[in-house]
Amino acid sequence: MSADLTTVMLTHNRVELALHTLRPADDRNLLLLHGLGEASPTSVPRFAGCWSGGVHALDFTGHGASSLPVGGGYTAEMLLADVDMAIRHLGPVTVVGRGLGAYIALLIAGARAVDVRGAILVDGPGMSGGPTSPTSQPVVTAESVDTTPDPYAILELGRDLRPPDYATSFVRLANEGSGLDEPITVTAKFRPRWLRAVVDEPGVREMSSLADALARYG
Amino acid sequence: MVRRPRTLHHVTSEFPGARAPEREYTIDAKGVGIAIHEWGDADAPPLLMAHGGFDFARTFDAFAPIFADAGWRVVSWDHRGHGDSAHTHLYSWDADLRDASAVFEHAAGRSAVPAIGHSKGGALCLNLADAEPFRFRKIVNIDGMPSRRPVPDVAEHERTKLLSGEITSWLDHRAGTATAERKPGTVEELAERRRRMNPRLRPDWLRYLVSVGAFERDDGWRWKLDPSIRFGGFGPWRPEWALPKMASLGVPFYGLLVEHSEPMGWDTRIDDVVPYLPDSGHVEEVKGVGHFAHIERPQATAARIMEFLGAPR
Repeated sequence: MSADLTTVMLTHNRVELALHTLRPADDRNLLLLHGLGEASPTSVPRFAGCWSGGVHALDFTGHGASSLPVGGGYTAEMLLADVDMAIRHLGPVTVVGRGLGAYIALLIAGARAVDVRGAILVDGPGMSGGPTSPTSQPVVTAESVDTTPDPYAILELGRDLRPPDYATSFVRLANEGSGLDEPITVTAKFRPRWLRAVVDEPGVREMSSLADALARYG
Repeated sequence: MVRRPRTLHHVTSEFPGARAPEREYTIDAKGVGIAIHEWGDADAPPLLMAHGGFDFARTFDAFAPIFADAGWRVVSWDHRGHGDSAHTHLYSWDADLRDASAVFEHAAGRSAVPAIGHSKGGALCLNLADAEPFRFRKIVNIDGMPSRRPVPDVAEHERTKLLSGEITSWLDHRAGTATAERKPGTVEELAERRRRMNPRLRPDWLRYLVSVGAFERDDGWRWKLDPSIRFGGFGPWRPEWALPKMASLGVPFYGLLVEHSEPMGWDTRIDDVVPYLPDSGHVEEVKGVGHFAHIERPQATAARIMEFLGAPR
């Protein structure tokens, strides 16, 4: 664990969100979003070592040191609002998202285009999501637990709808609002349908190196 | 943490034909307190009733007693965040389905029972019947067959602007929910606010609704609805995805559509529904009523439905 690690709790409705500062700085903040069922790193990852500004990481609702809700009800849009709370606290950020966090990074890049100075979509758990159109999904309940990650988060966010045209609408929002030529960069090797549609959009750069991708926004 | 709204001073208005439930209690739906309201003999055959979004079970106070008096045990519930059910950390369609499944299990075990759903409650029943068909014997849907987006033909760049505005507004709302409270007012003021969403409903009914769907504190009345729940929003789900799944229903289905458009309705027309009716399905448009047909004309609407349901069994 980093000696610099500090954590602030942000209140999002009835949930307390843990926002960790891995390396403090006054500006040029990098925000890391973990994958499904994961938690934030406790020190600056190797890939972010060359980032010149602050490095922060958010635990999504039901993950890491954030609150454990009762009775589920997770949606990707609610996690988008989690990240919005972090940006309201930090100011403009560059976002790196893993798996589920990559999908949420895409959503926030469109939703808060002015304040997201580039979003990098990286492989990780929960990248695929669920179907791209409705299916007959069973009603499933989970046993209650007293520690994160919440089984309902893994269940519900692992099967949420991710239609390709919904995903690409956030690319268009990012293009319209960010002022960057290419506000989204994809380094992920695994490409579910929504991500294949995203990389076909203008304003999206494909790269193999996360460090190189970061350098574009740094 | 889950909390429930509290009523400090409970005053119930009168409304012709309205009757409070005979039994009210809360069940534990995997940690979420779901408020149940029952009308009729506790040993009578169960008939499930699902309310619409932003409503609550006691919006059936003038409708459910008609079925109770005809020999049914009417079982309704407040969706999470609505009425007397718990205000939860999160809300979603999956969560509502899970809660609904718990209520059906509580009321009827694994037996098939008839169900009536209004608006969101109708769509919820259709979805639950798809996921758990064994729970249903017959399904009645009152203006709860979503068919299309409200703005289907705007240009793509306009759609993007609309989406951007919806998202910004929703995020601003979320950022304030930690301290949000419903706006207080007098009974008359809350009834007037409700009238804007339910413009066809009688003022005395709206005042009655306040008395059973709101609570009073020193600074006035507030609707019990969780203030974090907001009308509108955005997401990947599309209304037009709902109807095609109706075709797979394996139980008798009766859909009622309405003539008059209202802010809380879907504006689904009969031609939208007919192509997806199951073999044992029937849909008709009820003339002279809006989205709340069962409140505008409880007796006439109940008569149509009881003919479809047959005698309680």
